[in-house]
Amino acid sequence: MLDIKNLKASVEGKDILKGLDLQVKAGEVHAIMGPNGSGKSTLSQVLAGRDTFQVDGGSVTWDGQDLLAMPIEERARAGLFLAFQYPVEIPGVSNAYFLKAAVNAVRKHRGLPEFDAMDFLTRVKAEMKSVGMKEEFLYRAVNEGFSGGEKKRNEVLQMALLEPRLAILDETDSGLDIDALKVVADGVNRLRSPDRALIVITHYQRLLDYIVPDHVHVLSQGRIVRSGGRELALELEEKGYGWIGDAGEIHAAPPAAGGAQ
Amino acid sequence: MKTATPARKIDSFLDQEYSAGFETLLEADTLPKGLSEDVIRVISAKKGEPEFLLEWRLEAYRRWLTMTAPKWAAVDFPDIDFQDIVYYSAPKKKDGPKSLDEVDPELLKTFEKLGVPLHERARLAGVAVDAVFDSVSVATTFKKELGEHGIIFCSFSEAVKTHPELIRQYLGTVVPPSDNFYAALNSAVFSDGSFVFIPKGVKCPMELSTYFRINARDTGQFERTLIIAEEGASVSYLEGCTAPMRDENQLHAAVVELIALDDAKIKYSTVQNWYPGDKDGIGGIYNFVTKRGDCRGARSHISWTQVETGSAITWKYPSVILRGDDSVGDFHSVALSNHRQQADTGTKMIHMGRNTKSTILSKGISAGRGSNTFRGLVRIAPKAEGARNYTQCDSLLIGDQCAAHTFPTIEARNPTAHVEHEATTSRIGEDQLFYAMQRGLTAEDAVSMIVNGFCREVFKELPMEFAVEAQKLLGVSLEGSIG
Repeated sequence: MLDIKNLKASVEGKDILKGLDLQVKAGEVHAIMGPNGSGKSTLSQVLAGRDTFQVDGGSVTWDGQDLLAMPIEERARAGLFLAFQYPVEIPGVSNAYFLKAAVNAVRKHRGLPEFDAMDFLTRVKAEMKSVGMKEEFLYRAVNEGFSGGEKKRNEVLQMALLEPRLAILDETDSGLDIDALKVVADGVNRLRSPDRALIVITHYQRLLDYIVPDHVHVLSQGRIVRSGGRELALELEEKGYGWIGDAGEIHAAPPAAGGAQ
Repeated sequence: MKTATPARKIDSFLDQEYSAGFETLLEADTLPKGLSEDVIRVISAKKGEPEFLLEWRLEAYRRWLTMTAPKWAAVDFPDIDFQDIVYYSAPKKKDGPKSLDEVDPELLKTFEKLGVPLHERARLAGVAVDAVFDSVSVATTFKKELGEHGIIFCSFSEAVKTHPELIRQYLGTVVPPSDNFYAALNSAVFSDGSFVFIPKGVKCPMELSTYFRINARDTGQFERTLIIAEEGASVSYLEGCTAPMRDENQLHAAVVELIALDDAKIKYSTVQNWYPGDKDGIGGIYNFVTKRGDCRGARSHISWTQVETGSAITWKYPSVILRGDDSVGDFHSVALSNHRQQADTGTKMIHMGRNTKSTILSKGISAGRGSNTFRGLVRIAPKAEGARNYTQCDSLLIGDQCAAHTFPTIEARNPTAHVEHEATTSRIGEDQLFYAMQRGLTAEDAVSMIVNGFCREVFKELPMEFAVEAQKLLGVSLEGSIG
């Protein structure tokens, strides 16, 4: 479904992604872990099309299409969803209005009838219930004055409504207490399906207790330096990123780690 | 790597063309350029005015000669050569149309093209229209129906002939010719405009509307509008304006006077879309307008709502004098300046009566290299016991080359006065656009959603058709604004 080859990207002349390879198949959940500054958020922003990052090389193919050539909103309409690490506030625009506009833009693109106000309200209220959001959030301005946890729930709500084919969660767990984390994870797990892929970006293993990944990748200095199954995340938690950093430098696992496998 | 960036998309979006910029080719009766007592005598004679009005004009002219153009506004333009302007231009006609059938079809077509059909079949339902083309009113619809209620709605020139006593009684009583430089000029040379009189106790059954169109080249438009609501009367009045695209600047210096007697209510809404000039600031209308309402009676209510998207320069402060006890004044404004447009606009609320109330709600949007200034005065006179004012001024910036300024002035001379002022400034950020686009919206939709959210409180004050119009206009006027 998604094939990233030798992706290189920079911001203000500083190289961040230095030749990243990743393949994601439909139905899979991939976790990308790594220390701060390893390029995790850059990867998510580049995939979504943010122009503050410059793509310097490599390719990203999505369902046979050149993803990097698609405008931001076309990627979104085709089913790419990014749950933001820092959701943006839009004063003066009600959450209900924003969600309805987004849902209908996506539905129109997919050849589905647009929701009218009543259909939309029925649908959104049901989804809000499952992510534990009160109805009043519909009538408040988008993310304005929301707490950290409320903003993340709002991201999961949008994800559920937009029914993406590829969802990227950028540190959705940061700043959440354990209850909020469970709600967010439930929302994500409900979306798991054979035709949908998920990329979960996180600094901590904790989230992966609730969203169990099929593959775990370790990102360090702009490259994926280790890939493995669920157990890799546990190993990282035990040993920290310092060890991976070394591994990244020499492109091979040190003997000690090899012995542990 | 070719991706459509929010910044680039908004650029193209903000560069949309001015759709009312066409010119109508008509034979016109046009005076040579320049201003003198003789020119004023000719204008007055062409309109067959009574002696008192000619004298009034000449006095204003003499006054104007002693005045200098105001320089205090935060706008920048070369000095205007007042001898290089045509002060009268009218579509040529034989004896003046007796009915719409006699109006030049080219004129009817012009207004139709602007969305203001005047002929019987296509009239706007529930809206009576007075269409003013260059210096004269060409048609007023629904006159007869309104007449049955005793309502007078006609061109100013016609009112001078048919109701000189009302003109004499009220003209210049709210904005005297000596008020300011442009008001004095207007008083000397005004050519036409609308006149509305709502008699005692009558609620006007439909919206009244004037549509102003500048067509002729090098012509100034100086219209004069006078609206009188007698005791207990009420009226909602709309004003729309457009002009062709030209490389020269054109001057528009209008005066609007509103008079509300006891318990009367006047709601005055404007959607101003004069040609704003091109994106480099070439051409466009200089809109220097004096609008003032006088809440002369107790419990009267005057409400100004304006959506200002056009003009190269806007200099305009619709104000209310709250003379009657318990009278109410409102000012709701959306002012947009894109490219090189400059808007210096706001209001004055002059509280003189007891328990008078005023509300000021101003939304300024600056985009491109536009500059937007809010200038407000709230004055509470010593006798205005219990006066209250609430002012809210919000500015929205699009891009990083535009400017917004706020100059509120409060003069409270009565200790019981209650005056509140709130102001905010926000910016449409690249992060907001990216967020909205990541959810599937286009940059255009995202900007218009944010701008409409910002203006909602003002739009809901507009009559419905106008609110829709204003929303569309704002979308068009913003095309091409982030850089």
